[in-house]
Amino acid sequence: MKFNNIKLFAVAILASMTAINCSNDDDNVTGPTGPNFTGTYVQEDQMARPAINTVFVNDGMKDAFNTTTPSDMGAAFQAAFQTKLETLSPAYDPASPTDANALGFTAAQFTGVLATDVLTVSLDAPTTFFDGTNILTGRNLTDDVIDVELILIFGGEAGLTNPENPGLVSDNVASNDKEFLMSFPYLASPW
Amino acid sequence: MKKTKILIATAILGIATFVAIAADHIDAPAVQGGTSDITDFYAFRGENTSNLVLVANVQGLLTPGNTAAASFDERVLLEFNIDTDGDNIEDLVIQATPRDGKMYFFGPTGPTSTGLNSTIVSTTTNAGVVDITNYGETAMIEEFAGMKFFAGPRDDPFFFDFNKYTEIIAGDATGFANPGDDTFAGSNVLSVVVEVPKSMIGGSGTINTWVESKRKQ
Repeated sequence: MKFNNIKLFAVAILASMTAINCSNDDDNVTGPTGPNFTGTYVQEDQMARPAINTVFVNDGMKDAFNTTTPSDMGAAFQAAFQTKLETLSPAYDPASPTDANALGFTAAQFTGVLATDVLTVSLDAPTTFFDGTNILTGRNLTDDVIDVELILIFGGEAGLTNPENPGLVSDNVASNDKEFLMSFPYLASPW
Repeated sequence: MKKTKILIATAILGIATFVAIAADHIDAPAVQGGTSDITDFYAFRGENTSNLVLVANVQGLLTPGNTAAASFDERVLLEFNIDTDGDNIEDLVIQATPRDGKMYFFGPTGPTSTGLNSTIVSTTTNAGVVDITNYGETAMIEEFAGMKFFAGPRDDPFFFDFNKYTEIIAGDATGFANPGDDTFAGSNVLSVVVEVPKSMIGGSGTINTWVESKRKQ
């Protein structure tokens, strides 16, 4: 028993000496320290406007959407988006191609904008998804982006004042469950 | 005992399926629930209106109980893309990737190549770094070259009665409830926040922006 203890002690000392040697060697070999940022990084996910992939891209194409560069998205996805929109919303009847939303966009025009998933941001005007005056000049934390999208999808031409499908133009959740900060980093502390 | 285990497994599976996708949370099979899954993207002018704030959130639907264990992936690069000339191709990128408890930021700078594959544009003069804020700590903020940086867990700023939307799409409901029920209430995300002077990303006019996550090969 005693002999075992001595043996363990010896092993421990040997191990620590080896370890010290190792780190000394490492210092000599690696030279300047600092993180390594080399290598190629390949795309897995992307997004700009909220809920686009979720709402408009069919199952089986969602990974493809995430790995298509925005400049190629329109050609690849506009037609499928239009079919999806017309299936989803009675406000766009394929038999009446002039059916439009509150922005005056027909199904073809609206999906032409949506299929290229970039967020336009104004460097001059107030930033907002939609505030009654400014349209798509950015996205604030407080913006009720879902209601804006629901109005444009389900509301028809008079979506803001007299929507075609009144039960579908607001989810009746108008704000976040925590107050945002006035200063950086703006997002609320975690729960 | 066995039966209990099966019940628990079924319940967990049920909850996972039920919560499902939203802003961009768990939007596609290849990324859902993984460290590269972007949940949201925001771009808004800062408290100082000469600055723009960019926010990328990843790894959504963290409960308070599992937030402390969540961490940024050192093999994942988050890239804010900025198109200044209207062709939907990035002219500038701001890259962020973690190493050993710190989040490193590069740019805004022209990318070495546009599109799906990126290398990190690392020079000695364009790199900002901030300690990643741990769960429960006060937000750690660093400033560099007029920019501000934050990385760490935050309340998920997204709000949506996504469960009711799912019922409507499935034909199980005809309209939203009033009041609605925020599916994302009480849940956290991992956030990367950058505030950048507008003069560094085009100055004036309109830009197109989006965020990408990319994995080291």
